[in-house]
Parts: sequence; C-alpha cells; structure tokens
Amino acid sequence: MTVSFTLNGKSTTVDVPLGRSLFDFLRGSGIFSVKFGSDKGEAGCDTVLINGRAFNASLVLMHSVAGKEVETLESLVEDGKLHPLQQSFLDAGAMQSGYTAPGMIMSIIALLRENPYPTEEDIRDALAGNLDRETGYVKPVQAVMDYLASRCIELVEMKNTNKNSC
Amino acid sequence: MAEMKYIGKKTPRVDGYSLVTGQPVFADDVHLNDLLHIKILRSPYAHAKIVHIDVSEVLKMKGVVDVITHKDITPRYFTTAGQGYPEPSAYDTLILDSKVRYVGDRVAIVAAESVEIAEVALEKIVVKYEKLPSIFDIREAVDNPSILHKGEDKAGIADFNRNIAGHFDAEVGDVKKGFAESKQIFEKEYSLPYVQHCHIEPHVALTWIDENNRLVIRTATQVPFHVRRIISRILDFPMSRIRVIKPRVGGAFGGKQEILTEDVCAAVTLRTHRPSRLELTRAEEFHASRTRHPQIVKFKIGVNEDFTFNAIEMNILENSGAYGPHALTVMSVTASKSLGLYRSPNIRVNATAVYTNLPVAGAYRGYGAPQGFFPLESLVDEIANELGLDPVELRHINYVREGDDVPIAQILGEGREGFPVVIRSCGLHQCLEEGEKLIRWNDLRKGKKSGIFRRGVGVAIAAQGSGIAGIDMGSVFIKMNEDASFNLNLGATDIGTGSDTAMAQIAAEVLDVPVEKIIVYSSDTDLTPFDAGAYASSTTFISGGAVKKAAEEAKRQILERGKKLLKVDKAEIEDQYVVAADGKRISYQEVCTKTLYTEEQMQIMATASHTSFDSPPPYNATFADVTVDTETGFVTVNKIVSVTDIGQVINPQMAEGQVEGSIPQSLGYALSEFLVFDNKGSPLNLNFNDYHIYTAIDMPEIVTKFVHTHEPKGPFGAKAVAEIPINGPAPALANAIFNACGVRIRELPITPEKILNALPKD
Repeated sequence: MTVSFTLNGKSTTVDVPLGRSLFDFLRGSGIFSVKFGSDKGEAGCDTVLINGRAFNASLVLMHSVAGKEVETLESLVEDGKLHPLQQSFLDAGAMQSGYTAPGMIMSIIALLRENPYPTEEDIRDALAGNLDRETGYVKPVQAVMDYLASRCIELVEMKNTNKNSC
Repeated sequence: MAEMKYIGKKTPRVDGYSLVTGQPVFADDVHLNDLLHIKILRSPYAHAKIVHIDVSEVLKMKGVVDVITHKDITPRYFTTAGQGYPEPSAYDTLILDSKVRYVGDRVAIVAAESVEIAEVALEKIVVKYEKLPSIFDIREAVDNPSILHKGEDKAGIADFNRNIAGHFDAEVGDVKKGFAESKQIFEKEYSLPYVQHCHIEPHVALTWIDENNRLVIRTATQVPFHVRRIISRILDFPMSRIRVIKPRVGGAFGGKQEILTEDVCAAVTLRTHRPSRLELTRAEEFHASRTRHPQIVKFKIGVNEDFTFNAIEMNILENSGAYGPHALTVMSVTASKSLGLYRSPNIRVNATAVYTNLPVAGAYRGYGAPQGFFPLESLVDEIANELGLDPVELRHINYVREGDDVPIAQILGEGREGFPVVIRSCGLHQCLEEGEKLIRWNDLRKGKKSGIFRRGVGVAIAAQGSGIAGIDMGSVFIKMNEDASFNLNLGATDIGTGSDTAMAQIAAEVLDVPVEKIIVYSSDTDLTPFDAGAYASSTTFISGGAVKKAAEEAKRQILERGKKLLKVDKAEIEDQYVVAADGKRISYQEVCTKTLYTEEQMQIMATASHTSFDSPPPYNATFADVTVDTETGFVTVNKIVSVTDIGQVINPQMAEGQVEGSIPQSLGYALSEFLVFDNKGSPLNLNFNDYHIYTAIDMPEIVTKFVHTHEPKGPFGAKAVAEIPINGPAPALANAIFNACGVRIRELPITPEKILNALPKD
C-alpha cells in the first residue's frame, strides 16, 4: 500500500504493508523519540501530532495518515537549537530517565496550539494520557509553567519595545 | 569546610540534551540487520507438568527460524536475581523447565523474521499439560501436599519439602520478659498486595555476535556485570566472549535487577548466530516479570508507663510467588529497616517466605521496607490514638538517635549477618518539625470530623539504607585530557536516576573543574570497571565514594606534575592552575599536555574502588492531608509533605525528583494498585486501564523538603535518596484516613469499598 503524507515538514511517500501502525513505521524509519510503553497506547510515550493534534502512534494505522501532516519530537530542534519548551524541560529537571519526555512534550505542543494560555489544570489534562513513573509530574508541569512565564515576559518586553519605538 | 562549587548546586543533567531531543540512547533504539524477533509461549495454567510438546508444525512455518523448548537447553539452575555473588537467593529457576509454576511461566521460545510471525507461531505449538494442584493462599503454602520445587538439584531453598523459600528468626534482649514488664501491649496484623513496578520502558534486550566473534548483550538492566556473570554460567559460554552494554534505561525500580530477557536473547543468538531482540509486552510486564513481594506482617509492641517501647515482635509471612528471587533478602530488609527505626531493648522477628503458584516477586524500590513501614507506622499511630497521645509526640519519644547502636540490624544484615550498625546522622527530629508546619498538623488533626466530607492528616516516619554494607562495591577509572577535561568511566549504572550527573559533580568538586569537563561513560563490561549495580540506594554512596577517591588521586598527580614543571617543592591547586608560593603558575591544560607529549611522558589517570561496612540510614517523615467522602468511601489526597534527611544533598533538583517520583508509587500502593487474580491464578488486570497508576490529574499537591545533616561516612557527607521517600506515603495516608473518619484499614490498597464497609452504618 502506498501512502503519501508529510513527516516533520517533508513530503513523504512510502510503501507499507496493510495494517502497519504509524508507530512501527516511525521507529522503523529511525524516528526513535516515539517510544513503546504499552500494548494499547495507554502509556502515551508514543504521542505524535497528526494535523496538529496529539495521537498515540500505536493506535494509528498508516493508511489513515494519507494526506496528513505528522510531527514528532524530531521536528522541534531547529538548526541544532532546542525548542524553548525542550529547554524548559531541561532547566526544570523534568526528566529522570527521559523515556517519557518526548511524549509529554508533544502533548504539550498540541495543547499550546489549541490554547496558548493554558492553566495548570489544562496542562495536567493534556498530560493525563502520558503515564510517567518517575517524576510524579511535578517538574514536567513546572517546566510548562516556566515556559509560559518566560513567554509572557517576552511578550511584555516586545510590547514595551514597541511602545518605546513609537 | 570550604564552600563547595558543584556539590549541592543545581546542575543540569549530563545526558539532558540527548534525552530532551529523543536521541537513540535506549536499548531498543537501534536497527540491526537480519534481526530475529523473539516471543515467549507462556503457561495458561498455574501449576502443571509439560507431558508433551510438539513444535514440528511451527518449524515448518515460513519465517520461523528457531524454536526452543526445555528439551533443547541443558538444565542449569540459577536465580534471576542480579545480586552480589554468591547470591543469597535460591537457585530454583531454569531458562525453560518441564514444569510450569504460575500462569505466565515460560513454556517455549520462538524466534522469527517478524514479531507477527513469532506471535502466530506461538499458537501452533502443541503442548499437553498434566495439571497439578495449585497454591494461591499464602497461609496454605507451608506443608501443603503440593510442592512447587522438588529440589534435588536446586540450591539455597530453605526447605523445599515445605514450600519455604527462605526463613530467619532473630532476637535481641528477651522479648517474653519485655512484654511481661510492659504496661500495655498492642498487636495487629497487616496485609500487603501484589503490585508492579510499571517502569514505562519494558524489559528489552538485543544480542548479536560482533566482528570479533563475541556475544554482545545490549540491555535495559540495573546490573550489567551480574548479567555477564549469570549468562556465562547458564549458557556455558566464556565470560571473556561476553560484552554487556547498558545504554540509557527508561526506569527500573528494581524490576531490571533481574535476568528476564537476556538469557533468552543470548540463547537464540548463540544457536542461530543472528542478532535477536526480545521486548516484553505490557501484559507480560504485569504478570510475568516481577512484582513487589506481598506480605502478611504482624506487629506486637509493648509500651512502658513513660510511652517508651519495651518490646517489639514482628512476624512476616512473605509470598515469593513461584520462584524465589530476593525472597530472603527482601524480608530481611522488611525487618531490619522497620526494626531499626525505634529504640527498644527487646526485639524479636520471625520471617518465612513461601512459594505459591502466583507471579514471581522480586526487588522493587524500597526492597521490602515499604512492607514493614506500613504495618509499623500504622500500629504506632494506633497506639498513639489509644493512649491519647499526639502521634508525632509518640514518635519523638521512641525513634533512634545519633550515637545509637542498632544490634538487630547487625544480626539481620542482608541475607547473612551484617556489620555493627551505629547511627552517625539522624535528622528525624527536624523532619517531623518541618513537616508538621508544612501540613498544618495541629489545625487539621484537631479540626471538625463530621459531615459527608471529612478531612484528616496522618504521619509516618521511615528509614532506609545507603548501599549494602560489606557487599556492594563500585569502581572507577578517570583520565585527564589536554584540554583539562576528564573521562570518567565507571561501572555505576544510571537507570534514569541521574547518577551520571551526580558522579560528574563529585569528580568536578574534587578536581575543581566545571561539571561540563567531566565526560561520563557508565556501565559497559568491556570499557568500565566493575560495579555491583544500581540497587539498594547504593550509587551516590558507594560509587560516589569511588569517584571521590579516583578524582583525588588524579588531582594528586596533577599537583605533583605541576610542581615538577614549575620546579618547586610546594604548590596548591587554584581554579585549574597549579600555583607556587611565589605566584608562578601552570594551567591544567599545560600540565596535561606536557605530561602527555614532552616531559617524563605518562597519562594522568587513576582508578579506585569503594566499599563500605556502613550503610547509613537516610530518614524521612511523610505527612498526608486527605478528605474522605463518607457516602462513597472515596479518598481525595489533598497534599503530601515529604521531609527527608539524606545528609548532604549532591544535586537538589534530582534529589527532589527522586522524592516526587516515589510519592505516586506509594500513593498507588496505598489506594489504587493491586493485581487481581481469578480462582485459577490467572491475572485479570494486565493493562494501564485496569491497573491504575497515578496520572497527572490524580496527583495531589506535593511538598518536598530536605533537612541538613552531615553523614561522616558518605562522600561529602551524602547519604542515599532513591528509596527512602517511598516508605512513608502509604502509612501516612492510612493514618490520615483514620484521623478523618475513624476507619482503620490494615490491608492495602485502601479501596472505597473497604472504607465504606468499615464506616458505621447509620
């Protein structure tokens, strides 16, 4: 079966057996940020974005991504520079083993596209499908809050700069 | 002591960049050509003999490369437990056996060109079983006519004829007399369920034969050196031809202190000469890997007029499941950690581990200690309430103090008699004081307890250890490079704890270079020296001790070479320079470069090993604030305060992370997690929908604090942090529930039904 879709910004056409999951395809293609955690996707460490929304790659079959845009954690780093949310995860110590970090980060990216000003409750809701046995979710949630705070400061500074220039 | 630059300071993780960008650093993040995929046929019966097994149809299937049954493997009994050698666990396990002892036990191994083919092949294996009577009730195991391990060839089983995997008893003082003298005696029994580690990365191993005809095992393990030793023996393959690589590990908690995949993978690779991969499914993780040991624990405490404890007696009945990895040592930790918490002149313990036809228990964070502290800290709370005392006050009266001996802990050791135990640092007083404030103890404890929603608070204190005294060993190799960076190669196994970073901080502090200058490479049996492994909260304390010694020796060499190059007798190290009294100085870079290339050439390098005959206990006080809905029995946890004494904190952010990660595991233990079995021993909840671990929306507010103590035996005064915070939350919650609604549940987990059934009916 031939499937054409966009993978991390690149148009991609692949030939895959019928019934191949997106998870198996991605890992088979060397996209290793997508992790196995459970047989039915309940762990959430296989979270990717499809047309901007978070999905469990294990539960998505390849034929269903035809014509769609698939994004994984690999798309976040630009010119060797971390996405500010990744930097927040690093600074807040939001990882222990780091096995679940890619899935959590992708869930948050999906949240932020839908709701750029989430509350802590929104953040927790967005992470509810990302099981983690190491952090108690304390520092991951903190990392997102820190990221939002730094972005607010940036916005305020931008506004101030604009005022000054007026 | 001089102000420290790197110890106790916020330090980003040395592996942080690779983790946050999803680099291929975990065991399974590799593509191997010609890879075989392995699946295991598992027993549908709890206890049966395999009377016939036919794989002929399977071998004819396209894509099936190898099928292994018990007939194909030379039987060599071993323990799956990766412990010090000789192991204190029974040699009662085979790679494949002609008998199965629990639902999920291994029956056969299939290696195929794809996972799908291997899965289909499993269904085509024809097996005839002769069912045997099963034991599911832990109380019926001893002297049951059905015997799990007729142990002619097996070693280390306490009494196989009676299904006893391990046993000990010990006494200090005279407990009978102690109870006779006590003013009041309290006695209760508590029960702890089957729970599973739930590390999100499953057990996974890949094996291949490398270009030098050696067997490489790339595996998610806590114990690479034990893997090498055990695989060499059970597959009769020379150790010199085995290399075990531990990449980053996605959580372990004791579950990866076991050989559960490596033996199968290695057997397939040695038979087929092809790379092989075995990853357990989540269902297999739940019932066919390892669990925490279920126990029934009885405590009896005799109290004097002045509320001091005069006698403590503990009885442990432990369910080891179908095999005995860690059976003896886990319950010896159950006893030694809880019995080491309070002063009492008379102490007795009697412990028995039994075999049943249920999943196999093993090492799990806390290693038996949580099973001891839930009963002990529940009973101490019950005593305080009976006597009309503040539960915090009763603890202040009785816990151990700095300078105390703990003779019972010495007698119990871990699997064999240990070493004298003296408490040199104990921050329990501060832990309780700090925690009381943070939880608003007095207000909430004495607040109104009526209406539908009732709020209460509870407390529990606990101890753990720092490595295993006289058993654990860590070793290190360090070498200097021209740019004043250092390679730190060590056996210590970072399993997601961040120990690589903590080790780099220790080396950086000694050598007076920034942490970025320390290049850490850990746990590869070819490239790093030995380490007993990442368990028993040992890495910071034991391996950290080795790092400190090796770094000190490297620093001595730098100073010596610097003095020679400066042609002076006396000099000091200052900010990456060797500085003489007259102000002449030479940089680290120059010292190293000249030493490598021109002046009396040599490599500045050092090795060191470290062991300890002490295992200084870290201490913790955990407070829980809960609301009980008396109409449904549902418990809402409002807040957990965890205050911990781990001596000098090496990396505050990572230490907090250890506490924050422990709490939900213990909350699950207390409230929501347990494996459920049908009446044939089949487990029923083998996924994360049916087995509930804490999610981001279930979490209460968490407050983490450390109190300052200095442990003279630890590197820079440090003790261990990994396990101590998991002991407190479960008993603190049970005590808070009692405080809220007067219901005392002595069997975990505390489900809404249990609370509802215990509430007085209107």
